[in-house]
Amino acid sequence: MNPIDLLIATLQLRLGEYLVSVYGSENWVFVVRDVLTVLTISTFCLLIVIFLIWLERKVIARMQDRLGPNRVGGRYGLLQTVADVLKLLTKESLTPAGADKWAYNLAPLLIVMTALLMWAVIPFGPGAMGADLNIGVFYILAVSSVSVVCLLLAGWGSNNKYALLGAFRSVAQLVSYEVPMVLSLLIPIILAGSMATEAIIGAQYIPFLFVIPLSAVIFFISALAETGRTPFDLLEAESEIVAGFHVEYGGMKFGMFFLAEFIGTLLMSALFVTIYWGGYTLPLVNLVLGVFGLPPIDLASLAWGRTLSLPIFFGKVFVIYFVFIWIRATLPRVRIDQMLNLNWKFLVPLSLVLILVVAIVDKALPANTNVWAYSGIMLLANILIAVGAIELLRRRGRQERAAAEAAHDDELADISAEALPAAHH
Amino acid sequence: MILEILKGLGTTAKHLVRPPVTIQYPEVKRPVRYRFKGRHELKRYDNGLEKCIGCALCAAACPADAIFVEASENTDAQRYSPGERYASTYEINMLRCIFCGYCEDACPTEAIVLEHDYELSFVDRASAIYTKEMLIVPVPDSGTSTPQQVEAGSFDRAIPDMEDPK
Repeated sequence: MNPIDLLIATLQLRLGEYLVSVYGSENWVFVVRDVLTVLTISTFCLLIVIFLIWLERKVIARMQDRLGPNRVGGRYGLLQTVADVLKLLTKESLTPAGADKWAYNLAPLLIVMTALLMWAVIPFGPGAMGADLNIGVFYILAVSSVSVVCLLLAGWGSNNKYALLGAFRSVAQLVSYEVPMVLSLLIPIILAGSMATEAIIGAQYIPFLFVIPLSAVIFFISALAETGRTPFDLLEAESEIVAGFHVEYGGMKFGMFFLAEFIGTLLMSALFVTIYWGGYTLPLVNLVLGVFGLPPIDLASLAWGRTLSLPIFFGKVFVIYFVFIWIRATLPRVRIDQMLNLNWKFLVPLSLVLILVVAIVDKALPANTNVWAYSGIMLLANILIAVGAIELLRRRGRQERAAAEAAHDDELADISAEALPAAHH
Repeated sequence: MILEILKGLGTTAKHLVRPPVTIQYPEVKRPVRYRFKGRHELKRYDNGLEKCIGCALCAAACPADAIFVEASENTDAQRYSPGERYASTYEINMLRCIFCGYCEDACPTEAIVLEHDYELSFVDRASAIYTKEMLIVPVPDSGTSTPQQVEAGSFDRAIPDMEDPK
């Protein structure tokens, strides 16, 4: 084992291959490789949260014409989150009297674990992923459902009726928004013909964002709701209620819920990039290169391809993450009935119609259709459905407004009819 | 609905690139207005004599009963103010003071003025009481500190002229 080769292999994110080439395909080599992968991805996710919180606070502050953190760690307050974490860690770790100790203490651990588990199938570069499952997307959806159990565990374990009610509210939101999320994710799966995340990336000759934009929008909205972010942050609406399911938590146990939320949000950005925006590849650049007759960039064939794909992947992830923050700074919170109505009466039927249409179009077009024609027809179908859905909404809204106005007028007429004879006396 | 959401996003994006309006207070201080009513100051004449003659009209005018004045006689050997008497004790309790400025109005010699210092914080009640030493302005370059020794008969008015005497 040569230390320089080891270093190069590490920097190329090919440590596993290097170990196999030196020691052969022994079981312990795979164990070491997998443990190292798990440690790397988990540590990265846990540490990036420090940066994510700083980024969110800074961007929101600037959108509100404020400065944001600017004291701890230099002019830009880069170490503010480190100070906050230290504060959380030094706080007393207490368990309320009457709480179910196991459930109460297990919930924060489990929720971070589920948030980290989902990263296993996100490809950071060609072949650079925790586990190349052939059911990658399905795995993410399955694991993300486990977080619902953690919320309920936290709410129940706290032995506090408000925590329990908060947990019910959270579960209602997460479970309902899982439906449009699954349905919208089925569409890229139909297009790619696979559930493996790398296969979906490979299928994006044109990024799916431009082929099935409606599916991307539905996914994005349900991702907002699944991560409990504005405008769907009524799980823990700071300005209205104390907190939701984690009202009894303090110190780092509370910090763990926070941590899981940020990891989950970053994961949703990563998932969006993977499924709709070509992941670590550069489909649009490749298309432009194709116009000039140049060969596309094939990261998989380069020795340093995995390392090079990291900035591409995270550049895209942070663009999407920025949109998450942007929306948080812009949109007001919705009411719980508005949120559930939007889900069950709009997003779910819309995504069902979309699946139906996309599946029929996919089957109707011959298998050897030109990729441009195929994408164009899909795009057209998406736009038509979107326009139709919005027009339906608009008509519905107009009718409701007219009905409300008529009711109001009737009421006014009643009041004046009662008041007039009285005025004569 | 979609247009409105986009418009909202546009507004926040516009504000993202605008400079923040925050003023970093302890480092950067905004100038106060000319007539701002902050901490009181006891003024002096140009020759260093105190304007305050210990009449306690300010204490009488104070609606919050924040001012305590105790007067003593001036002598020509130990002269603090041009008048007959001077304030040997002058205390303002900043926990009581409401910064109404009535003391300023009541003062016959314009000795007490609400100036522009607004950083009046303290950690215990005792330090909320501002004594004469804390309130009085430093001796101007043209004057000498009080008590001054003056010739007998230099000051014979109970309330001095408003102009700088001597």
